[in-house]
Amino acid sequence: MKIINKLRKALLMLLVLPLAAVAGDEAHLDKAPIDASDYASLQRGAKTFVNYCLNCHSANYMRYNRLLEIGLTEKQIKENLLFTGEKVGDTMKVAIDKNDAKKWFGAAPPDLSVEVRARGADWVYSYMRGFYRDSTSPTGWGNCVFDPVYCKVSMPHVLYELQGEQELNHETHELKLVKPGQLSVEQYDVLVGDLTNFMAYMAEPAKLQRNQLGWFVLLFLGVLLVLTYRLKKAYWKEIH
Amino acid sequence: MTQETHSKQNKSALSNVLNCTLNWVDERFPLTSNIKAHLTEYYAPKNFNFWYFFGSLALLVLVLQILTGIFLTMHYKPDANLAFGSVEYIMRDVPWGWLIRYMHSTGASMFFVVVYLHMFRGIIYGSYRNPRELIWLFGVAIFLALMGEAFFGYLLPWGQMSYWGAQVIVNLFSTIPFIGPDVSEWLRGDYLVSDATLNRFFAFHVIALPLVLLGLVVAHLIALHEVGSNNPDGVEIKKLKDKKTGVPLDGIPFHPYYTVKDLVGVSAFLIVFTVILFFAPEMGGYFLEANNFIPADPLKTPAHIAPVWYFTPYYSILRAVPPILNSQFPGVAAMGLSVVAFAFLPWLDKSPVKSIRYRGGLYKAWLAAFVVSFLVLGYLGTVPSNVWGQFGAWLGGADRATVVARFFTVVYFLFFALMPWYTAKDKTKPVPERVTG
Repeated sequence: MKIINKLRKALLMLLVLPLAAVAGDEAHLDKAPIDASDYASLQRGAKTFVNYCLNCHSANYMRYNRLLEIGLTEKQIKENLLFTGEKVGDTMKVAIDKNDAKKWFGAAPPDLSVEVRARGADWVYSYMRGFYRDSTSPTGWGNCVFDPVYCKVSMPHVLYELQGEQELNHETHELKLVKPGQLSVEQYDVLVGDLTNFMAYMAEPAKLQRNQLGWFVLLFLGVLLVLTYRLKKAYWKEIH
Repeated sequence: MTQETHSKQNKSALSNVLNCTLNWVDERFPLTSNIKAHLTEYYAPKNFNFWYFFGSLALLVLVLQILTGIFLTMHYKPDANLAFGSVEYIMRDVPWGWLIRYMHSTGASMFFVVVYLHMFRGIIYGSYRNPRELIWLFGVAIFLALMGEAFFGYLLPWGQMSYWGAQVIVNLFSTIPFIGPDVSEWLRGDYLVSDATLNRFFAFHVIALPLVLLGLVVAHLIALHEVGSNNPDGVEIKKLKDKKTGVPLDGIPFHPYYTVKDLVGVSAFLIVFTVILFFAPEMGGYFLEANNFIPADPLKTPAHIAPVWYFTPYYSILRAVPPILNSQFPGVAAMGLSVVAFAFLPWLDKSPVKSIRYRGGLYKAWLAAFVVSFLVLGYLGTVPSNVWGQFGAWLGGADRATVVARFFTVVYFLFFALMPWYTAKDKTKPVPERVTG
């Protein structure tokens, strides 16, 4: 009887498998507000990216003058985003030495050109809002999005001036703002949202064009399908 | 002279020139006779259904892969330091590079979709049976070459999945007793997957295997046109011919009838292709894996290495077979056999009928079990083997997914191994003289 019960349980498992597959050690992620056609958001995100991220992280495949696409002028790019004598056609490189960086942080900061394609926009959005004060870690910060099991992270919280400091409740795993920063919680979420939006754009700059072009191609193929179908019907009239 | 006679004269002058040119060519090259033999006087059964679109679609995707591949080769750099960046360069700085690259990556997956459906057609209508065994064998060889082509190509973007996928697959060869380690080192050209490996895989991907594929496709088609196409009834249309013309009574010229019909298939297929390409080129991580947007790092093994979806049924079989005498070779051998098994179908099938339409319940049940096995194994190959947790102590705490994969691996092989028995024992229905519908 016991074995039969176990077999029944096993069969039941087989039925609910796809549901079980979803569960795991993964952190809960918040939905990132992504809109590749919102140029104002992309421009704000670009500014945050260049000012805060681009000191340690490169974006080696992203050219500054690509930002013309999101509504910036060459003059605006030169005046606001180029600080160290780069040309406007250069890619977003950093001066940090990989070996130094490894010594300082334990790991060299990865290139962020296609980070959103590797991690997902929701991950980046949640990660940048997930830092909390952890006096036990070398940098003073922890992040459970980066490491759902131990909440360890080698990157310090670069935006802490803006966000302030959060504290982790170890039982409920909830974060609470204990020391306000320059921005309110809502303002900070918008800032990170814009940053994520920009990074999503940077990961695949052709995406907006791709989606728009897709509809025209589908329209063309729809007409082609009607025509080829009518042609086939006309030829096959005589076949039975 | 009036305007009308003028244009008539012009017309006949033009057709004269065309006729003369054609004659000139035909005296030196069998152009007209080849067009007749393979198109206008190649008689195909008139009852082809939905399943018969996938042969021409496979040819379409092959051409698409070759054309887009040529343009990708113009910008891609087969160098471990440059490869990843050159793909991103194609995606960003090469005009329409993203379109060409997505056509190629979507095409790779769609190639397998189309080929799997094409193979399934061959199985359900018994297209591998006498006299079409060689067509089938050429087809299996095409399938093997295609798997190789896809595997070599997948290393080229030089992302984490490219790198570790290649590492895993090449290491499979090292399980071969005695010569294994030397063989895998020889394949890699190094002690680990490296620049040397990337260069040779590039050579295999852009020239060696495409040549093999093209040759095999030509052989596949020549063999097909020699014996003629099968059809959903599994009836030989060449048995009943018009006494005067010698044309099969149920046959119609491939051109124009099937060329116009295949155009409908092409249009519909391109719509599906377009939806994926323009709106979901990653297909939720199944066509382009997220991990492959991280550059290859020989020092960082990803927590979960999964092959692309079209290899997952065989990968599942590999993982399902337990090591014997500390050797992983049985799993590797089982995986190899699971692919090669298709080649034996013409000799395993003992049924008096070809088509599933006239077969009995026994065969249909086994076929259904095989399809379910293939799909479940395919799903399991995409996830870690602890995905469903473990059984209790009564089963030694084994991973549930592994036990399920083992069960379906056995079913997969039984479909082939027991085929001589169940096809002979199956209650078949009488086959009509002529094709139906």
